[in-house]
Amino acid sequence: MSFTRFLAVAHKEVVQILRDSRSLIIVVIMPVILVLLFGYGVNLDLKGLPVYAYDRDGSQQSQDLLKRFQASDYFNIVRVVNDYPALARSLDDGHAKMGIVVPWDFSQRLRDGRPAQVQALVDGTDDNTANVLIGYAQAVVQGYSADIQLEWLRNRGQVVQPSPVGVETRTWYNENLESSAFIVPGVLALVMSVIGAFLTSLTIAREWERGTMEQLISTPVTPAEIMLGKLVPYFIIGMFDVIVCALIAIYWFQVPFRGSFLTLLVSSAMFMVVVLSLGFFISVIAKSQLAASQIALLVTFLPAFLLSGFLYAIEQMPIILQWITRILPARYYVSVLKKIFLKGTPTALLYPDLVPLAVFTLVLAVLATRAFHKRLA
Amino acid sequence: MPEDKHSVVMENLVKQFGDFVAVDHINLQAREGEVFGFLGPNGAGKSTTIRMLCGLLTPTSGRARVAGYDVGREPESVRQNIGYMSQKFSLYNDLKVIENIRLFAGLYSVPSNKLRERIEWALGMANLKGQENLITGTLPGGWKQRLALGCAVLHKPPIIFLDEPTSGVDPISRRQFWDLIHHMAEEGVTVFVTTHYMEEAEYCNRLALIFRGKIVALGTPSELKQKSMKGELLLVECEPLGSAVKVLQSAPDVIDAAVFGNALHLVVRDASVAVPQVRKYLSEHSITVGHIEKIRPTLEDVFVSLTTVRDSGKESTA
Repeated sequence: MSFTRFLAVAHKEVVQILRDSRSLIIVVIMPVILVLLFGYGVNLDLKGLPVYAYDRDGSQQSQDLLKRFQASDYFNIVRVVNDYPALARSLDDGHAKMGIVVPWDFSQRLRDGRPAQVQALVDGTDDNTANVLIGYAQAVVQGYSADIQLEWLRNRGQVVQPSPVGVETRTWYNENLESSAFIVPGVLALVMSVIGAFLTSLTIAREWERGTMEQLISTPVTPAEIMLGKLVPYFIIGMFDVIVCALIAIYWFQVPFRGSFLTLLVSSAMFMVVVLSLGFFISVIAKSQLAASQIALLVTFLPAFLLSGFLYAIEQMPIILQWITRILPARYYVSVLKKIFLKGTPTALLYPDLVPLAVFTLVLAVLATRAFHKRLA
Repeated sequence: MPEDKHSVVMENLVKQFGDFVAVDHINLQAREGEVFGFLGPNGAGKSTTIRMLCGLLTPTSGRARVAGYDVGREPESVRQNIGYMSQKFSLYNDLKVIENIRLFAGLYSVPSNKLRERIEWALGMANLKGQENLITGTLPGGWKQRLALGCAVLHKPPIIFLDEPTSGVDPISRRQFWDLIHHMAEEGVTVFVTTHYMEEAEYCNRLALIFRGKIVALGTPSELKQKSMKGELLLVECEPLGSAVKVLQSAPDVIDAAVFGNALHLVVRDASVAVPQVRKYLSEHSITVGHIEKIRPTLEDVFVSLTTVRDSGKESTA
């Protein structure tokens, strides 16, 4: 291992990155765009869903009920219509996610002490949203009917406890239940997959494609020097991007950061080695830029996106997929990220994630070193 | 460095790609300070041989030693002692001239106290002084080739391998490039060079003609021209050329006939006997005959003669 030769390769690589505007964009601008995109764009919170109302009663009571819907954070009554077809159209054209119909005898029945029914038409295209909507709607209506019962009993001179059993909730870790706090830390894993695997797979395949590899390997430079010379600049860039993304998460999106910054750096460094080794390994096998980038996308970016627990909880996946996630380094890294950011889990409790991550780091680094030979065929 | 004064030694060197035998039992030696030419058509096995000698391809069988090291077992020691210029220009087009030079100086571990001198030397040799900051991709072909040579010899290797170094370069640059090669050979560097330009082959001290993976002739250019031609060479001016070739190929006393430019080259056993016979034979076939003279064969004649013998030999055994 000669430091001079390593430095020669690394210097060349840095000059090439700085001179190529496309890779510069991927390296500097894309991480920021990804964080902003996921921070703002992917919002799993359901708030202010558009609702159309058809009040056939038009009484004080029906207005009270609709006001309760409006007062909740989850609904926004955007329009009151006067017939069924208008309500149906609003669901058809997507202007409303739910239509509420108050029957003509609503107040009459309440006065008579008879049960009254309110109709809710729900757009079930997105089953998840529909389920949540139905739950929220039932909660609003139940609250309203509990108050009516209470009032009815009071009017009859009875002393009643307002609500016999209540749930007092305290949310931990993500106190305001902001989905950006859940999502943004995981974006670090995505950014590193792109920087690490995607870019490195291109840089080595490019040398094969342009024929420069032939000249390179005719010199005394060793495979390890080529690998380190190529990967170290990307490692530094990747770590820089991690820090930038973490700062955006903490200071722009106000994601709480409760763990150890050192553990964040160490685990990020390990994951960076994992993706760099994968990228290097891929490009050694692929030898063409197109194939390399597609394989890199398939084995690093997609798993990091879909199977790492970044967006979708691993516990909710079919059991086979859950097993598959165990061989994905991204899973462990995302888990560490979420714990460090939100829970402030002490490093000692992170070993179940850190140890597998370290094993992957070692194995892949060794595999990548072994894979590259200074031979043409 | 052990044993012989031969810089490059090949013994029964074979390279096979699947069923295709690219290099077929080659035995050759190149001496120290020699410009050794490897001449042959595209696909004859020149690049494959050179890549094996540089340790870039593993021989299927046989051995090769470069600077005393076995290319199969000690490729790294081989690489310390060689400079290599691949067939396709393969420096970094997006780097500046000086950046390419610095990169290869680093890769060849040129010591820092000699770095400045070697860089200056390479720039001077490549005639690129003052052009250090140009982006390599924007250089004309001839400049690129000189830069590639400069980068390949920054560490003063005793042996350099040049794989078609002048393909796609204009004639004046080509001439300059060969001056450089000879200059280096005078300093004791062994130059192993492939080409398919016949006129370039004349610049080599010794030549090996390679055809379909086999060496078909070996010697100095003049030896090849004298020995390898079976018979004497006639230049025949006649009209029309096409039918004249057909007619003459079946004529008695004519060994071979081929079109060269706007005339024919005929290989005959005895020129003094053949000239009147050829004239007569052509007239009988109503072909207008002009000037006929005995000429000295060029390497191209040698090559055509050797390869056609092989071709017809192959046909008769098939």
